[in-house]
Amino acid sequence: MDFATYHELQRFYSAYAECVDHGDLDDWPEFFLDQCVYRVQARENFDRGFPLAVLSLESKGMLKDRVYGVKETLFHDPYYQRHIVSAPLVHGTSGDLIVSEANYVVVRTKPGKPSEVYNAGRYLDRIQQTPDGLRFAQRICVYDSELIPNSMVYPI
Amino acid sequence: MSHPNDKSQHKWPEGVFHRVPYWAYTDEDLYRRELDRMFYSNHWCYVGLEAEIPEPGNFKRTNIGERSVIMVRDDSGDVNVVENVCAHRGVAFCRAQHGTAKDFVCPYHQWSYDLKGNLQGVPFLRGVKQDGKVNGGMPKDFKKDQHNLNRLKVAVRNGVVFASFDHDVEPFEDFLGPDVLAYFDRVFDGRKLTILGYSRQRIPGNWKLMQENIKDPYHPGLLHTWFITFGLWRADQRSQMVMDDHGRHACMISRRNDGGASDVTKGVSSFKENMTLNDPSFLDVKEEAWWNGPTAVMMTLFPSVIIQQQVNSLSTRHIQPVDRDNFDFVWTHFGFEDDDEAMTQRRLRQSNLFGPAGFVSADDGEVIEFSQQGFYQRPEHSTVVAMGGHDIANTDHMVTETLIRGMYRYWQKIMEDE
Repeated sequence: MDFATYHELQRFYSAYAECVDHGDLDDWPEFFLDQCVYRVQARENFDRGFPLAVLSLESKGMLKDRVYGVKETLFHDPYYQRHIVSAPLVHGTSGDLIVSEANYVVVRTKPGKPSEVYNAGRYLDRIQQTPDGLRFAQRICVYDSELIPNSMVYPI
Repeated sequence: MSHPNDKSQHKWPEGVFHRVPYWAYTDEDLYRRELDRMFYSNHWCYVGLEAEIPEPGNFKRTNIGERSVIMVRDDSGDVNVVENVCAHRGVAFCRAQHGTAKDFVCPYHQWSYDLKGNLQGVPFLRGVKQDGKVNGGMPKDFKKDQHNLNRLKVAVRNGVVFASFDHDVEPFEDFLGPDVLAYFDRVFDGRKLTILGYSRQRIPGNWKLMQENIKDPYHPGLLHTWFITFGLWRADQRSQMVMDDHGRHACMISRRNDGGASDVTKGVSSFKENMTLNDPSFLDVKEEAWWNGPTAVMMTLFPSVIIQQQVNSLSTRHIQPVDRDNFDFVWTHFGFEDDDEAMTQRRLRQSNLFGPAGFVSADDGEVIEFSQQGFYQRPEHSTVVAMGGHDIANTDHMVTETLIRGMYRYWQKIMEDE
């Protein structure tokens, strides 16, 4: 991979984090292809080959429905989230597809409360180079955190 | 009988079950008594599914109340449940959450136990020979069979494993009672189960609030937009609320309708008349023969587990108290061995509605957290559970809090028994 592509990849990771932390959630599905996989899955399930994930979305339409669900239907304590994402490790490329991963930590802050480590894991990504820029064909968030502190509302 | 945890001075108001005092959720002595009287005696508690330990030697570590236990299949194929405490020096020796073992060995002094919990090996039992004499060793009156792991009584019904620290507990079938048992057997009819995976969350609320949540048919059509909008659970549906004779276990049974506007959506802010899905596969429901009518049956088996059938999504939800203000909620999603791939995918897709991130479950945990916060502000105040009146009886509608009243009548009896 040439430096320009790696730089674009790094920029894509950063833009995603910016979107889910304080951007417009409606932009989140636009990081994905129409046919895509987005999952937030416990490491326990991933390692043992169990398919269950706390979120398992299989199309951009499902991501849009999740956004609507978050904005209009889920009642929850307000919180900020802050993603700290490592530099991506590129496993390889095949044609226009980049296979990469990165570690992440999400810090959650509720109004009037100290910040806390909320979710820690890694992204397992397949990223398509398109004329409009990079897009996820797959983003699987495999999290180590054995217990979710009550609920998970915003995308990781 | 005097009891070590009888220090609480609180007294339930005689015969009043439509008000629950806030101190029932916040008093430390009462919480300890709940563990003793509900989780550690007189009740069957959920441990797991046989499908989690299909082969001899397979084990799973889990909790009953605050106590760590191990469910293990032994060489003869039997399921045993033992307490995760070494008989020697009390070490909680099993650290893996699951695995396969030939025996259990405590790392501290290598005392070993077979998979039924019988003590097998004690290093230097007869001492160590040195310079023609024997040093140490256990005294002559030490009997290995007096130092086994604490074995729980086990009940396995159609692939579901329950255990009790109390060997005098009534038979499992009597514990559920015939009405609840029939709904239990509707899901677990002996077909082999497949494990789809786990979700784990820690909910900052008293454990009883989760039992109440699934004994409360009043809230789903109000709190949960998806239920009311898409007709999965709402007050204009045919439904039944069924309890066992004690009022401790319950089933909320309903049949879905087409959703849309009606009398029960008027003024309900969570109802979204114009909500449509970009991808309707979330709600690709396929009726299964075993449903035999109802599209949802939510069972609360007191005190430790909820069994969920919501359309094609199936799970056990294990309640594991951590302290009076927190419990861990462990979901095991499952299907049946004869499911085809499409049915497995359907169950998984619908699981997006449930669990810690679920469209209709994430906010249950949130409201439980807010309830617990409110209770601390005024411990002498009480909740109001008077929907549908003051009586405690099965109903053929869901506009009622009768199941919660039934649970607290039972709770009060167990807690205040001398």
